[in-house]
Amino acid sequence: MDAIQKQLLREIADLHETPEGAYNLRADGSGTARKTTANIDIVTKADKPGIDIIIKPNTKKESVHIPVIIAKSGLKDLVYNDFYIGENADVVIIAGCGIHNCGDQDSGHDGIHSFHLAKNARVKYVEKHYGANEGKGKNVMNPTTVIEMEEGSYMEMATTQIKGIDDTIRKTSAVLKDGAKLVIKENIMTHGDQYAETDFAVDLNGKECGADVVSRSVAKDRSVQLYKSNIRGNNECTGHTECDAIIMDDAKVTAVPMLEANDINASLIHEAAIGKIAGDQLIKLMTLGLTEKQAEEQIINGFLK
Amino acid sequence: MLELKNIVYKAPEDGKEIISDVSFTIDDRFVAITGPNGGGKSTIAKIIAGIIKPTSGRILLDGEDITDLSITERANKGVSFAFQQPVRFKGITVKDLITLAAGKPIKVSDVCTYLSEVGLCARDYVNREVNASLSGGELKRIEIAMIMARGTKLSIFDEPEAGIDLWSFGNLISVFEKMHTKINGNILIISHQERILNIADKIVVIANGKLKNIGTKNEILPDLYKSTGACSVLTAKLEDKQ
Repeated sequence: MDAIQKQLLREIADLHETPEGAYNLRADGSGTARKTTANIDIVTKADKPGIDIIIKPNTKKESVHIPVIIAKSGLKDLVYNDFYIGENADVVIIAGCGIHNCGDQDSGHDGIHSFHLAKNARVKYVEKHYGANEGKGKNVMNPTTVIEMEEGSYMEMATTQIKGIDDTIRKTSAVLKDGAKLVIKENIMTHGDQYAETDFAVDLNGKECGADVVSRSVAKDRSVQLYKSNIRGNNECTGHTECDAIIMDDAKVTAVPMLEANDINASLIHEAAIGKIAGDQLIKLMTLGLTEKQAEEQIINGFLK
Repeated sequence: MLELKNIVYKAPEDGKEIISDVSFTIDDRFVAITGPNGGGKSTIAKIIAGIIKPTSGRILLDGEDITDLSITERANKGVSFAFQQPVRFKGITVKDLITLAAGKPIKVSDVCTYLSEVGLCARDYVNREVNASLSGGELKRIEIAMIMARGTKLSIFDEPEAGIDLWSFGNLISVFEKMHTKINGNILIISHQERILNIADKIVVIANGKLKNIGTKNEILPDLYKSTGACSVLTAKLEDKQ
């Protein structure tokens, strides 16, 4: 691995060296390193680019890292990753994509991730997207996440895009059966002329299933963000979505929340707030000795933490 | 030492005079500003902290003219200000704020000491976000802890008792009594509370935007109770003390 690849790995997966547990590293469009464990198998797909990650039932306290890094300008990478999480397993999956675009051509990664959670399986899924540009080429990322949750399963998804992705359309859809719980936390910051679109669609089909989708974003400079969510309550269930955005400079933010109750016992809530940083927050931190710029940074860092 | 010289503030919207030629000097350790609601007390505190610019007049801190300095510059010269209505922050924790107030990395145990001094069980609060999940009273205490962590030469408190429940009020008084003996510098506290006025070295009375009176509690309090039509129980209590 060269220095640029190492830097990307640090940004997206906090990795300084080879991770513990199972992993699959994809660099510039092909797999370069892989490790499986007794409980976690990783198999290259035969019909299309990508891998199947198969986690045996009852696997506990294990982790899988599947970082993707692109350091070649002009490379367009499309990959399908399917995760099969066995009954009663409890695992952490860390994915992420880092692009370092040194040229003038657009680079891109479209990751299509499907999660199949068996009964009572638990997954913590952490996904981080990062880009750096040296030339005029754009960094484009369009992640798609499809989640199927069997009875009593639990998934927590933390997805972060803080810097350097010029164009993104992030689609997440989920279908929940009885007693399944889904928690999604999204943090986005856009700057310059970037565009970020988020689209959540959750079908609460099972009895006593629930979803909590929280998005926090900061739009700076001339960047544009669009947040869409649709929570459909098709049974006795609870659904909550929250979209909270700080708008700065000449940015534009649109929130299009949608709730759909198709059952009398569906309980659905949506909260949305868009606004600039409150003046009294800035003043408070300035009375502690921070400059206006430092105060702004503290407020944004806290908000996206 | 803080000196206000001929401070005038006119509201930018309609030119109405909110503060009219107010001058006084704070060189005692513990000074209370009191007076009727809407009389201009909070405006004066904000003028000292740099949040509001006076229309005319000068402010001197230890002889240095700070009138044209920004909020940040005044903070760095040693002015601290506890808001009457503390601000909430999404994602910023109690520990983050107290560390920012201290101006340097501090140990968790130090954060806990400040929290304990304002009557908060530190363990429950250190990692709490300073957001809408905290009550008004909790926020006020955190606000006071931040001022203690700063430990500057001038600490201004705008009605610290507002929003604090009766049960906790006694504790709060002892916090200020302790601060009175411990803090290095001057404390300026806007308050209506008799028990706070009682521990002040000097009391400043502001009404209708003007300095109405200034002096020790024995000089000020009897007049104050009379002019506000205080009940005979209170005035009798005061006479007993004299």
